[in-house]
Amino acid sequence: MATTNGAGAGPKKDRWSAGVTPYAAMGYYDADYEPKDSDILAAFRVTPQPGVDPLEAAAAVAGESSTATWTVVWTDRLTDHRHYQAKAYSVEPVPGTEDQYIARIAYDLDLFEEGSIANLTSSIIGNVFGFKALKALRLEDLRVPPHYVKTFQGPPHGIVMEREYLDKFGRPLLGATVKPKLGLSAKNYGRVVFEALRGGLDFTKDDENINSQPFMRWRDRYLYSMEGVNRATAETGEIKGHYLNVTAATMEEMYERAEFAKELGSVIVMMDLTVGFTAMQSMSRWARRNGLILHLHRAGHSTYTRQKSHGVSFRVLAKWCRLLGVDHVHAGTVVGKLEGDPRNTKGYYDTLRENFIPENPEHGIYFDQEWASMPGVMPVASGGIHAGQMHQLLGHLGEDVVLQFGGGTIGHPMGIGAGATANRVAVEAMIQARNEGRDYFQEGPDILAHAAKGCPELNAALDVWKDITFEFESTDTPDVAFTPTVA
Amino acid sequence: MSITQGTFSFLPDLTDEEIEAQVRYALHHGWAISVEYTDDPHPRNSYWEMWNLPLFDLAPDDAHLAARELAACRERFPDSYIKLIAYDARYGRQTTALSFIVNRPSNEPGFRLERADRHDRTMAYRLHSYATDAPAGQRYVGGKG
Repeated sequence: MATTNGAGAGPKKDRWSAGVTPYAAMGYYDADYEPKDSDILAAFRVTPQPGVDPLEAAAAVAGESSTATWTVVWTDRLTDHRHYQAKAYSVEPVPGTEDQYIARIAYDLDLFEEGSIANLTSSIIGNVFGFKALKALRLEDLRVPPHYVKTFQGPPHGIVMEREYLDKFGRPLLGATVKPKLGLSAKNYGRVVFEALRGGLDFTKDDENINSQPFMRWRDRYLYSMEGVNRATAETGEIKGHYLNVTAATMEEMYERAEFAKELGSVIVMMDLTVGFTAMQSMSRWARRNGLILHLHRAGHSTYTRQKSHGVSFRVLAKWCRLLGVDHVHAGTVVGKLEGDPRNTKGYYDTLRENFIPENPEHGIYFDQEWASMPGVMPVASGGIHAGQMHQLLGHLGEDVVLQFGGGTIGHPMGIGAGATANRVAVEAMIQARNEGRDYFQEGPDILAHAAKGCPELNAALDVWKDITFEFESTDTPDVAFTPTVA
Repeated sequence: MSITQGTFSFLPDLTDEEIEAQVRYALHHGWAISVEYTDDPHPRNSYWEMWNLPLFDLAPDDAHLAARELAACRERFPDSYIKLIAYDARYGRQTTALSFIVNRPSNEPGFRLERADRHDRTMAYRLHSYATDAPAGQRYVGGKG
C-alpha cells in the first residue's frame, strides 16, 4: 500500500526485519481466525485509497487500533504479540458500491480496561480514523461480549425501575423541551414547565444548550422549574419531572448542580454528550448513588454518526451509552425533523431496550449482542413531532419511549397546557385502540379524529399541524436494498 | 380535581366493555390481572390494598372472570380509587405492563402543596392529600372528601 514503500523491497524481508512490513503480513489479517466468545468484534466500513488492497487496508485498521505502529519494532518480541494483535478476519465488498468494504475485526478482551468507555474508544477509534491510506472509515457496529459488559455499571435505573419510580405504565412517556431554547428568564421558564406538566406531560426538559447563561443562571432555573414541577404534581396527583441540565465546564460544577437538583427533590437530571465519556460515566455513578434518573442529550453526535462512509454509527454510540450508564438517550423519531431511517432507528431502539439483539442486516445490526441482563435504556424521540403522528410514532417506536413534543406542545394555539393535553389524549387514545386490537397504524387518523371530538385541545392540534411532515431522504441507511417507508 | 395516574386518565371513563377489551389484550400477552384499591391516592403511595391475589393463568377468553373480581371490589368499595393492573412476569420485565383507574370517588378533593422556606431561597415542598385528613375507612364517605 502507499505508505509501505519498503514493503516487499526484497525477498529477505521477514516479519521481524527492521523496516516496514505490510500489516497483513504482520498478522493483522487472518482469514482463518475464529473469534472467541470473549472477543470484542468490530465491523468497519473501509474505503481504501485508490490502489490500496482492501485486505491490507483492513489489516491496517486492525493494526492501528491495536498494537501496530508504522514500522516493525523488536520490542513486540518481548510480548506474546499475537495475543494482543487485533485480527481482521473477514473483508467483504459492500454491494452497490465500488470502493467500500466491511471489515470485521476481533480484539482480545485483554486490550481493554474494565469498565472504561474512554479506554475502549481510545483503542478502537483512537488513531485509525485519520490513517492516510484510507479515504474514509466508519465503525458500523461493535459486539461487546458479556465478559466485558459485566465490567460496566450500566444505566443507573433502567426502564423497569424508571417506570416503577414514576408509576407510569403501558404507554409512552410524554415530554417537552422548553422553548425558546434561549432567552427566557427563570420565572418565565418555570411557567412553561408548570403549564406543560399540569396539562398532561410527564416530563419537561432543558435543552442541550441551556446551561447557565447571562439571561438565566442555572440555580435560578432549578428553583423556578421545581416550583413548576411541584405545583403540577399537586394539581394532578401524578409524578412529574423536569430534566435539569447539569452540563457545565468542569466536573466539579456538574456535581454541584446535580447535588442541588437532588436537594430540591428532582426525580431526574440530564447532561449533554459533549461533556465526554468520562464525565458521563461519572455522572452515571452519581445518579445511581443518589437515585436520580439520568437523561442524556446526544448533542453533537451527528458530526460523526450521520455520514454513511465516515465516522461512528449511532448504533455503536448507543451501546457505549448503555454501558457507561444512562437511563434515557435520544435515538431518533423516524417521522420528525432529524435524520432517522426507520430500519436503522429500529436497530438503535432494539439495541437500547432489548436483552438480546440478533444480527439483522435489515436493521443495520452486524452482530448478535447479548446484554447479560443489563437494564435497558429508555430511548427518547424528539424533534419535529406532533400529536397527529401518534399512530406512526407508536408503530415505529413502540411503548418504552419518551415522546418529546416541544414545539408540538408549546406552539399549540390554545396555550401550553392545551398542547400537553392534546398529546396526552392522543397517546392514550392510540394505546387504547391498539390494545383493543385495531389496526391503529392504518386507522390512526380516524382514531385521533374520534378522540378529538371530546377534546377541543386535540382537535386544534390536529388542525394546525395536520400537513406537517419532514420527508427527506435519509443519509444513513442499511445496505440491504429495499425502499423504506415512513408512513 | 381528577387525579391523572394510570394509563387512561385523560380519556372518558372506560365502560365495562372497554375495560374487558383491555383485559383481553393483557391476557393475550399472558399477563396476570389484579385489582387494587385505596383511599389514599398520594402519588407516592406505592402499595394500594390488594383485592385478593393476582389472577394468574387466565385464558384470553376469561376476561369476564377478571371483570367479576372488579365488580365485587367496586361493590365493596364504591367510593375508593380502584385500579386494574396487568403484570408481565416475563424475564427482563417482571413489572407492571398496564395500570389504569377503573373507579373513582364521586368527589376527589386533591392535594395541597405546602411550602416551607429553607436556606438560600430553596423551598421544601410537601404534598398533602386532603383525603387523608379523615381516618382510613372514613374518607370519601357519602361523596364528601
